[in-house]
Amino acid sequence: MKEYVIIGNGTAAVGCVEGIRSVDPDGPITILSKESRPVYSRPLISYYLEGKTDLDRMRYRPADFYEKNGCRVLIGETATRIDSSSKSVSTDRGGEISYDALCVAAGSSPFVPPFEGLESVDQKFTFQTLDDALALESALSKDARVLIVGAGLIGLKCAEGIAERVGSITVCDLADRVLSSILDSECAALIQRHLEEKGIRFALSDSVVRFDGHSASLKSGTEVDFDILVLAVGVRANTGLIREAGGEVNRGILVNESMQTSVPDVFAAGDCAEGFDFSFGAKRVLAILPNAYMQGYTAGVNMAGGTASFSNAIPMNSIGFFGLHLMSAGTYEGEMIEDKGDGILKRFFVKDGRLKGFILIGATDRAGIYTSLIREGTPLDTIDFDSAVKMASNSVFSQKTRRFKFGGVV
Amino acid sequence: MKRVYVNEEWCLGCHLCEYNCAFANSGLRDLTALKGKKIFPRIHVEGDDRITFAVSCRHCTDPICVKSCIAGAISKKEGVVCIDRAKCVGCLTCVLVCPYGALTPGEDGVMQKCELCLNNACGSPACVTGCPNRAIVYEERSERQ
Repeated sequence: MKEYVIIGNGTAAVGCVEGIRSVDPDGPITILSKESRPVYSRPLISYYLEGKTDLDRMRYRPADFYEKNGCRVLIGETATRIDSSSKSVSTDRGGEISYDALCVAAGSSPFVPPFEGLESVDQKFTFQTLDDALALESALSKDARVLIVGAGLIGLKCAEGIAERVGSITVCDLADRVLSSILDSECAALIQRHLEEKGIRFALSDSVVRFDGHSASLKSGTEVDFDILVLAVGVRANTGLIREAGGEVNRGILVNESMQTSVPDVFAAGDCAEGFDFSFGAKRVLAILPNAYMQGYTAGVNMAGGTASFSNAIPMNSIGFFGLHLMSAGTYEGEMIEDKGDGILKRFFVKDGRLKGFILIGATDRAGIYTSLIREGTPLDTIDFDSAVKMASNSVFSQKTRRFKFGGVV
Repeated sequence: MKRVYVNEEWCLGCHLCEYNCAFANSGLRDLTALKGKKIFPRIHVEGDDRITFAVSCRHCTDPICVKSCIAGAISKKEGVVCIDRAKCVGCLTCVLVCPYGALTPGEDGVMQKCELCLNNACGSPACVTGCPNRAIVYEERSERQ
């Protein structure tokens, strides 16, 4: 019987378990979980602080998930080394676990730049895990002044999550706009305005030069006084185990479409992996939850001797801030086609007759139709793209296509 | 497994399926109570002045919404794609990934979806039962050709 080991206990690990079990119902699975809790929906930590969910509802899978799937979970145990010749994993508790197939689903870690005076700040937090959120929660108070360094997805979701529970929030970022990894200037300005209307202050194109207790000196000369500091500058893929095992690593652990690393019988999935981005046409780390699950599932099927390939991964995000929804997908290259309305901004990026990416603000109905155009590489001259720009609908397809889409089991 | 299919040649675009759907999941005693109200059905008539058709969840063999839900709120139970509305936080990731545009939020902003009326009092799809032109059917079909 094949023995499986998964390093990590997040979404990619769950995908991996479910992938393995779709092929092999019996082979024992050992999961190494650095965090001391069963798998939970990590992107929900800001919703938790906002009061939109609770610890029970945040469970990503039912309580009997591990038992039902024949998984042994080593809670609080961390992998320290992969020995690819003896096919075993060493742990921080002195364990040696042998594997026939291994999946590294070790996620990422917050990147904290070496700020001058950071050690003088007593209330500082990162915002990635549930433990981070619980620690931050215990520091919140109605009149607390919060400084968030980083205006990306993590920083802004954190701001939304705590907005009603603190006195003031200032967000600073080196970039000239919010959500700079997924939005262009005009779209970012719209989101920023919306957040400012909710009372959040911004210091953009600016960065912290030095911390001194409860004060931050910014490059622009501005001084920001704060009680709580949240560091949301970015994350880095946890690639160390594979690098030390001699495997190929770039920003993430390099994987092919089967999620194999360059180390035999070792796979990788999720935020630590760098796989092919179908819209970009090259390998990129796509640190988003759907990708983590699908990579994990693909890895699991292949680990168990099945055949699975994940070849059309793209970056995509759906997020709301104080009731305003924003979606983005793919890459923003080629010709830009725009549709605007009251509180609505939609941008589509078309290259070589194919949809490559989009940004939707305030109008997100049936957006999956757009996403499928990207992921399936649909030639736009085969659909009524002009109508699609105005509104996503299945009526943009030909009757023949629609019959194919809706006429049988899919 | 039986699923809901639409024959667009027969769809009149009358929107009655939307009302029957909203009513089936409303807990109301009388359909006319929905008159004049904004309804939040799980089936939607799409189309233009030439052609109309109703769209609801396909209950995919390999549902991307289940794999993408950031809350683990969508799962497959005996072939039916179901949502645990208590877990949903309304992020709309399922809307972003469903290639059929079959998911929409309910009145409370929480997602809802067609569960074939298996989890309400109807027991079989109300949209099908109430379709005056039999444009919507509930039947076994093979994989698409």
